[in-house]
Amino acid sequence: MAKIIVVTSGKGGVGKTTSSAAIGTGIALKGHKTVIIDFDVGLRNLDLIMGCERRVVYDFVNVINKEATLSQALIKDKRTKDLFILPASQTRDKDALTVEGVQGVLEELAKEFEYIICDSPAGIEKGAQMALYFADAAIVVTNPEVSSVRDSDRILGILQSKSKRAEEGREPIEEHLLLTRYHPGRVALGEMLSVSDVEDILAIPLLGVIPESEAVLKASNQGTPVILDTESEAGLAYMDAVDRLMGEERPLRFLEVQKKGFIKRLLGG
Amino acid sequence: MGIFDYFKSKSAPSSASVAKDRLQIIVAHERSKRHQPDYLPQMQQEIIDVIRKYVNIGNEDVQIQLDNTDDCSVLELNVTLPEQN
Repeated sequence: MAKIIVVTSGKGGVGKTTSSAAIGTGIALKGHKTVIIDFDVGLRNLDLIMGCERRVVYDFVNVINKEATLSQALIKDKRTKDLFILPASQTRDKDALTVEGVQGVLEELAKEFEYIICDSPAGIEKGAQMALYFADAAIVVTNPEVSSVRDSDRILGILQSKSKRAEEGREPIEEHLLLTRYHPGRVALGEMLSVSDVEDILAIPLLGVIPESEAVLKASNQGTPVILDTESEAGLAYMDAVDRLMGEERPLRFLEVQKKGFIKRLLGG
Repeated sequence: MGIFDYFKSKSAPSSASVAKDRLQIIVAHERSKRHQPDYLPQMQQEIIDVIRKYVNIGNEDVQIQLDNTDDCSVLELNVTLPEQN
């Protein structure tokens, strides 16, 4: 049985695609056959983050409409063994996704893959609901900022009421909080919600905290998932999150303010 | 933190704690509405219309809430009537 994990947030721009790419890659690195599906029909971006934008021929909607087979649409990642990407359509709209169509594709993928990562579009409209409908687990990507936290709570409500598991009265979707763009320095100054503040409000288990890092933009510039940058704090924090997702214990790190030299501290900055 | 920041007043609550307080209130409010049936707002409006046939009240004078416990649901209706003159 494949495990279906949706990466969602409600709010846009918090790091869903970055996290989907990083976590999908991390799971594949551990030797599990993994596919990442871009559900953002009309605004596809996962291909760009994964660096395979020039290899897209067919997409998710083509497969749903039986204009292409799954094996024609799946793109095999060049860097990571056991990793595949199913790109979103750039030309259609979100109505192209139907419950039956998505279910058919997921069932076919489940025969071959151990993990299916669904990269949700922003919002709570059809595309986002379709991405979470079949999920077994959800990674709720949240920034330590008021609008993101509120939207995450909203999406948690939808996971608990509008998913297939909720409708069928089965065991609820596993919920995981992934706090991204975390800035320990600003938290120490009382300018940013802390990990425990966000945990208090959302009350779901913490999967990981990804510090704000220059490495994230650098990785997306190059079309490389940031988890492969093992020199960066963000990359290592994502790897920790993947380890925890696989049930391993990993202490939180990169939450302390880095000590700066005396002169730098004196001058500020 | 630069040398000049040491002179700033520390008395005001931090903006992060303001954010947390605001979020706790709005999230609790939105969660309480989450399990309400869709017909509730319309029912509230119709109840207000009926009362208004007899007494002059505003929309905000009627509070309606549905509480679900294990085996029963309680519909609580609070109407503030204007002072008689």
